[in-house]
Amino acid sequence: MALITYRQALKDAFSEEIERDENVFIMGEEVAQYNGAYKVTEGLWDKYGDKRLVDAPISEAGFIGLGIGAAMMGLRPVIEMMFFSFVYVAWDQAVNNASSLRYMSGGLMNVPLVIRGPANGGTNVGATHSHTPENLVANFPGLKCVVPATAADAKGLMKSSIRDNDPVFFMESTLLYGEESEVPEDPDFLIPLGKADVKREGTDLSIIAHGRSVLMALAAAKELKKKHNIDAEVVDLRSIRPLDEETIIKSVKKTNRALLVEENKPYCGIGSQVSHLIQRRAFDYLDAPVHRLSAVDAPAIYSPPLEKVQLPEAKVIVREALDMFNIKA
Amino acid sequence: MSTKTAKKKTAAKSAAKKSSGSAKKSAPAKKAAAKKADAPDLRRYADAPVNKAMSKSDKIRAFVDMVRIRKFEQAALQSYQKGKMGGFLHLYIGQEATAVGTCALLGDHDHIITAYRDHGHALAVGMTMNECMAELYGKYTGCSKGKGGSMHFFAPEKRYWGGHGIVGGQTPLGLGIAYALKYKGLKGSCLCFLGDGAVNQGPFHESLNLAGLWDLPIIYVIENNRYSMGTSQDRSSVYPEGGLAQRAEAYRIDWTTAHGENLYDVRAKTSEAIERAHEKSRPTVLEIATYRYYGHSIADANHQKYRTKEEILEYQRNRDPIMVWQRILEEEGVLTADEAKEIENKARDEAKDSIRFADESPFPPESEILTDVYHSVDNPGSHTNQGKIFFNDRLPWE
Repeated sequence: MALITYRQALKDAFSEEIERDENVFIMGEEVAQYNGAYKVTEGLWDKYGDKRLVDAPISEAGFIGLGIGAAMMGLRPVIEMMFFSFVYVAWDQAVNNASSLRYMSGGLMNVPLVIRGPANGGTNVGATHSHTPENLVANFPGLKCVVPATAADAKGLMKSSIRDNDPVFFMESTLLYGEESEVPEDPDFLIPLGKADVKREGTDLSIIAHGRSVLMALAAAKELKKKHNIDAEVVDLRSIRPLDEETIIKSVKKTNRALLVEENKPYCGIGSQVSHLIQRRAFDYLDAPVHRLSAVDAPAIYSPPLEKVQLPEAKVIVREALDMFNIKA
Repeated sequence: MSTKTAKKKTAAKSAAKKSSGSAKKSAPAKKAAAKKADAPDLRRYADAPVNKAMSKSDKIRAFVDMVRIRKFEQAALQSYQKGKMGGFLHLYIGQEATAVGTCALLGDHDHIITAYRDHGHALAVGMTMNECMAELYGKYTGCSKGKGGSMHFFAPEKRYWGGHGIVGGQTPLGLGIAYALKYKGLKGSCLCFLGDGAVNQGPFHESLNLAGLWDLPIIYVIENNRYSMGTSQDRSSVYPEGGLAQRAEAYRIDWTTAHGENLYDVRAKTSEAIERAHEKSRPTVLEIATYRYYGHSIADANHQKYRTKEEILEYQRNRDPIMVWQRILEEEGVLTADEAKEIENKARDEAKDSIRFADESPFPPESEILTDVYHSVDNPGSHTNQGKIFFNDRLPWE
């Protein structure tokens, strides 16, 4: 185990997979010579050269489509979105083509492609750059979607995603790139897609989250224990599609309360699906209605102090949890 | 040249222009009334090396292939009108020399991908009438098990990558195929077909830029049938003097044009483009002037309103690719009228058989709705995935 950043963990995953499989290459805007806008690929071009690290022009529909075509031919492209929000200009390629080709060919082909990059708000770059499209992507059968919260998960899930034979949308966060955690050094350290992780054991309440909200949930759980003696369990979904329903249900059956937290918007967000699942499979175990916290339901605001408020912070999670126990904050 | 003059130009006349010296000098464009196209020059490019190398059986094979496409589609049209199939049916009738002229030149590392008017290319690469007709019928024996339909035929083992429904959406995919060939160090190419209606889509321009920038062995074949759905070219595209293909100049890509009714011409230009891809790893834009006799799809009831009956008749009488090729072969003494008739009858029977095959084939079982969505689901044990991936609480057949 080594204590490394989320950014370093991703970089290690790329190095290992590039060395392991000659068909793996990384393409995107400024990923090679410039070392990546967020330095996630820093040093890799020096090490692996032009063939494996490819600087593409600002032309997302062109190079995502190229990635799909190359994947059909057996390559394993890892396509970086400088911001995940930029995938919208390539929506027909990324979503319509990537999700449908295997199906429409009756299984004659598959698309082993990773589209990755930061998908988060909270950095004061305005609404167009702050999208969290995991709910949109997860709505398309044929696509997979993962949202790791920690360095270890980022590495294990990235390696699995690159080795996966289906298109995987891998959503990172610029606010997590500098976060450190213990990461196994085993070159075959893989975390399966579709496996949630209980990041904190608890008995009184299940806080179910993904991405950066997991860190907020952990901070909230600490506060709840310290100040109110409420023992919250934090379930990190890690993977949105496939989804680990069993871990969710097991946790809710244990704690009898579920609070769903995400930085996505509320309408048709991930929490909608998870909430449906809980009422469907754990209805009789619930001691309170399922509660949801999401980003405040407006386009991402620029103004720095207000954007902080727009996303679910730890103190708002604490308040919502207390509400579920009829305690006034 | 003024816009007005440009508007009067027909695609066929413009096709006489050529690019930076790669093609032989073609017949000069003649001034003629807009409605009357030039009479086809039967010997055009007959002496090109790729055509001189054709054996008698190669020539007959090309005739057979074109006739088979036409008979297949005529049979499909009848079935469509009887309500045997759903959705759209975009017929290729009138354009056959393009698919047959290009696909016959493909080697082991040459791939093709096309748009939704894809039946002709499918048969030209060797897919069977049975699997194609069954796909139109939505049957389990179809090339995509009934999951793709008319616009989405695939045969990757024949290096045929579809069959794509969104206009221009296949152009970056074709680029990726070419990219993979180069990445793997293979001497090959990708022929990516598109219609004249696709040339204004953004991804096509992005693809041209990347192809020019990265020296990719891609050949964009614009099948210019003059109408993007019901909108004529004059009303949809800025048209350079040399044709839509000339837009390639902006991306420093070689371009050329061909007369789509003449198989020799199609082959000559395609062969040059393939050689450029193989030897120089450079792209080409090849515009082929052609015409569809039916509407954009069979649902297009207005196709005789946005163009004149005379215009359609002019192509059918004077520029039909099968008729032109038959005339060439008869003049060369390769084929007699009787032999041609026999070939037609055989193709008609084959098409009829494919109708029977499709009629008698079963629909896919309901459970097939959920297969071929994910490779990992279809191949358990090949991956580390866990968890739930389909989200219906209950399936209709459970």
